[in-house]
Amino acid sequence: MAMQTVHHTAMTISDHLPILQIIIPFIAAPLIVFIGQRKLAWPIAFFASSTAFVISCLLLSKVIGGGIISYQIGGWAPPLGIEYRVDAANAFVLFLVTGIATVVLPYARKSVDAEIPKPTQTLFYALFLLCMTGLLGVTITADAFNVFVFLEISSLSTYVLIASGSYRDKRALTAAFNYLIMGTIGATFFVIGLGFLYMATGTLNMADLADRLSGQYESRTVRAGFAFILVGIGLKIAIFPLHFWLPNAYTYAPSAVTTFLAATATKVAVYVLLRFIFSVFQPAFLAETSTLELIFYPFALLAMFTASLTAIFQRDLKRMLAYSSIAQIGYMLLGIALLSETGLMATIIHLFNHGITKALLFMGVGAYVLRTGSSFYIHLQGLGKTMPWTSAAVVIGGVSLIGVPGTAGFLSKWLLVQAAIEKGYWPLATLIVASSLLAVMYVWRLIETLYLSPPNGERIIQEAPLSMLLPLWIMALACIYFGFETDITLGAAKTAAQALLAGSSGMMH
Amino acid sequence: MDTSLAILLSMLLPAAAVVTNLLFRKSPNLRDGLTLGAAIATFIVVLNILANVGNTTTATFVLLEVMPGLELAFNVEPLGMMFAILASGLWIVTHIYGIGYMRGNNEDDHARFFACFSFAIFSVMGIAFAANMFTLFLFYEILTLSTYPLVAHKGTLAAIKGARTYLSILIGTSIGLQLVAVIWTFAIAGTLDFTRGGILEGLIAGPPVAILLALYAFGIGKAALMPFHRWLPAAMVAPTPVSALLHAVAVVKAGVFTMLKVGIYIFGIDFLAATGASIWLMWLAAFSIITSSVIALTKDNLKARLAYSTISQLSYITLGVALATSMGILGGSLHVVMHAMGKITLFMCAGSIYVATHKTNISQMTGLGRAMPITFIAFLIGSLSIIGLPPLGGSWSKWFLIMGAADTGQLAIIGVLLISSLLNVAYLLPLVGKGFFLKPVSESKPTKFAESPTLVWAPPAFTACGCIILFFFAGHIQAFLMPIIAAP
Repeated sequence: MAMQTVHHTAMTISDHLPILQIIIPFIAAPLIVFIGQRKLAWPIAFFASSTAFVISCLLLSKVIGGGIISYQIGGWAPPLGIEYRVDAANAFVLFLVTGIATVVLPYARKSVDAEIPKPTQTLFYALFLLCMTGLLGVTITADAFNVFVFLEISSLSTYVLIASGSYRDKRALTAAFNYLIMGTIGATFFVIGLGFLYMATGTLNMADLADRLSGQYESRTVRAGFAFILVGIGLKIAIFPLHFWLPNAYTYAPSAVTTFLAATATKVAVYVLLRFIFSVFQPAFLAETSTLELIFYPFALLAMFTASLTAIFQRDLKRMLAYSSIAQIGYMLLGIALLSETGLMATIIHLFNHGITKALLFMGVGAYVLRTGSSFYIHLQGLGKTMPWTSAAVVIGGVSLIGVPGTAGFLSKWLLVQAAIEKGYWPLATLIVASSLLAVMYVWRLIETLYLSPPNGERIIQEAPLSMLLPLWIMALACIYFGFETDITLGAAKTAAQALLAGSSGMMH
Repeated sequence: MDTSLAILLSMLLPAAAVVTNLLFRKSPNLRDGLTLGAAIATFIVVLNILANVGNTTTATFVLLEVMPGLELAFNVEPLGMMFAILASGLWIVTHIYGIGYMRGNNEDDHARFFACFSFAIFSVMGIAFAANMFTLFLFYEILTLSTYPLVAHKGTLAAIKGARTYLSILIGTSIGLQLVAVIWTFAIAGTLDFTRGGILEGLIAGPPVAILLALYAFGIGKAALMPFHRWLPAAMVAPTPVSALLHAVAVVKAGVFTMLKVGIYIFGIDFLAATGASIWLMWLAAFSIITSSVIALTKDNLKARLAYSTISQLSYITLGVALATSMGILGGSLHVVMHAMGKITLFMCAGSIYVATHKTNISQMTGLGRAMPITFIAFLIGSLSIIGLPPLGGSWSKWFLIMGAADTGQLAIIGVLLISSLLNVAYLLPLVGKGFFLKPVSESKPTKFAESPTLVWAPPAFTACGCIILFFFAGHIQAFLMPIIAAP
């Protein structure tokens, strides 16, 4: 990767925002290791992520109306050079990733102190930044192979981050190993798929790929390439039935890691899927290969129901939330399968809304773990009284997960049902609402545990520290705020959906 | 006062009461006093709106736009005005009663209780002034969630189970059916604004109209139409003030109020009549009326009997909508008020008996009438109003409903209404009779009972008087409501 920037005379710093988005956390990560001071690790990480957040806000404000920013790395023009391309769809995802990172880091401090031994904390923050860099890179790049490179950066750091949960529970090691195997298979499939596409087209730039693929949809090579890519990304997203790595990974990773991953990693993977199936391939190709009817609908519905049902019967809150994530991915997939503007809007907005909702809930779990040492329901009984602020925020997250009106989760569900009705798919609309009733069941089990069950044992449990409560409540208020104020979310989702549905024409220069 | 400001204030005051309840959880007198102040202030604000606006429909004021076409918006129209007066007025009465009941009964956690109570009133105000179905749905769901802790208040296994039934039916129907109906409506009409004459005419025809109506009728679980009525008896585990206000006035009335709004402003009465889409609903409502009255006869627990009676009476209002005539709508709307006044009296009397004697079953209540005459006389008046005898308010709503049925030529429905009245007599009056004329059941140790504390018996006495007054004011309410059935 050539990552140095060439200074043209007329270029100002704002023209370099796309590369700064990546380079700042990317440099900060090794910097933390070189400095090697535990006390400095967190401030550097926080500075890098908040700067990245500001940059992503600036980028989003530039493209939310439908504009596109193309940035050529090293001044090499695509398709030969690597291009970063920012449009409404990925600017929105960048906004989510950096925003979550900036909120999670302050929260992570106390949680990391409790869950990870001091000497390794420096490396932890470096890896956290590296993981974020990888996710941002996957999102911003317009080069298909570059996607793979950044995907590996984020995955490799993720494996280590998950394994660092082993100081609390040794099972984190097997969970990380399991994910390592699955993730590597996914990455391999992805890169094999890219190889096929490269074979057929001789290019790796996405816009260029789209252009050259358009005549070759009948080609076996192209179809095989598509299949490999779909499975590869499917593993990363944890599309049912490729989800088996996820529950353990989320359950045993340190709380801060789970929060960050649940809110961002799968969401970025969904974005990659969108990019590949709509921008590199065309909606027409999807229809032609019956991908939607045979793969997306059945697996989306299976995910919604089996994962939700499994979630109801979990004894560990963290694991319950992990299964709920798998179910929610089903919703996102369904929005894609509907192949309409409203459907895609539902997917994109749900990506964001579910991201903040899950971040909130996992942060709440982290606070419980800090104070009680466990995330099992049996140890959470009666915490509504002893940790009222944490629990109230968790309730807000819970109702947003159900999709109660007035929360962010409601809007995504509204759009999804509307998309199904617009298509006249009545059974589908019914199934969507039916599965959200399953969410009522698992969320209510949590609320009853927190508020109505008698406290377990005589221990005196304190409310979580302010450094956790503040991020928790920022997310809780965000869950409500984005339930009413939708200019950013809906605006970005609409622009993005229109661009994606326009297919490669949305990618053209 | 500016109307939009007044609407906001009528919601902010109960919301403020939530906060003060939580802030001053340690000082009961200050806390309850502030809530009472908020209740009175809310009532005054609502009356102020009435004085300014009367029975006209005000312009919609949009608080914010959530999505294009989906707005959080409020306005005042006669039906909502009536509901707001009813709920805010009865909040004062029940709050006073609630203080007496909770203290007299040594219940736990008053602060949480009154906070949730105020939160429920906040949502009711939102429902009353909602200018579109989206806003109404929003507050409808908040009402469910805010009343859940009230039902589960005692924290016993029975309370938790009851609350679970309560929640699962109300959330299940609203998300599973009503939300689909709302989104469907939005998809075909492109708007959800409450518009006189409805928004669906010409956009949907044939069997889908009846299906959409069914999604609404069953989806509005708070209207307790059979077979989604189980939550109402289940919710009776709640302390009696909750049953009184929420399950005789706020929650169930929010349900039938939504039903009326949907009938009048989403479908439009004429559209319903022309398509005949509501005929099945009429028969289902009639079935619900008779069946639940019969079930009420079999219940010995007083609150359970009243719960089934409520299910039956709510179906009167659904029936009024389903008749799809002006008289039916008028009767249904009037019944919202008349039944609220009568039923709240009955519930508060049941609570009063419980506070004084800790008896819950009717068979144990023989002879209590002489010990607690005021409670029992209030109960008698409330019963007579529910039955529909002059000179009590309930007679008018029944009168209009019967006229509505006659307008459509549905003689069988008239029969249903008359039989139901007889059943009401059969399940309500025996308690009064036994209370006054029978000797107490022989107990090994006869106990002397006296009237309950003043704060507990005075409110039902007050609302019982209200039932009588309503008989003479029915004409005013009718005139007030006329605009909703006038041609658009």
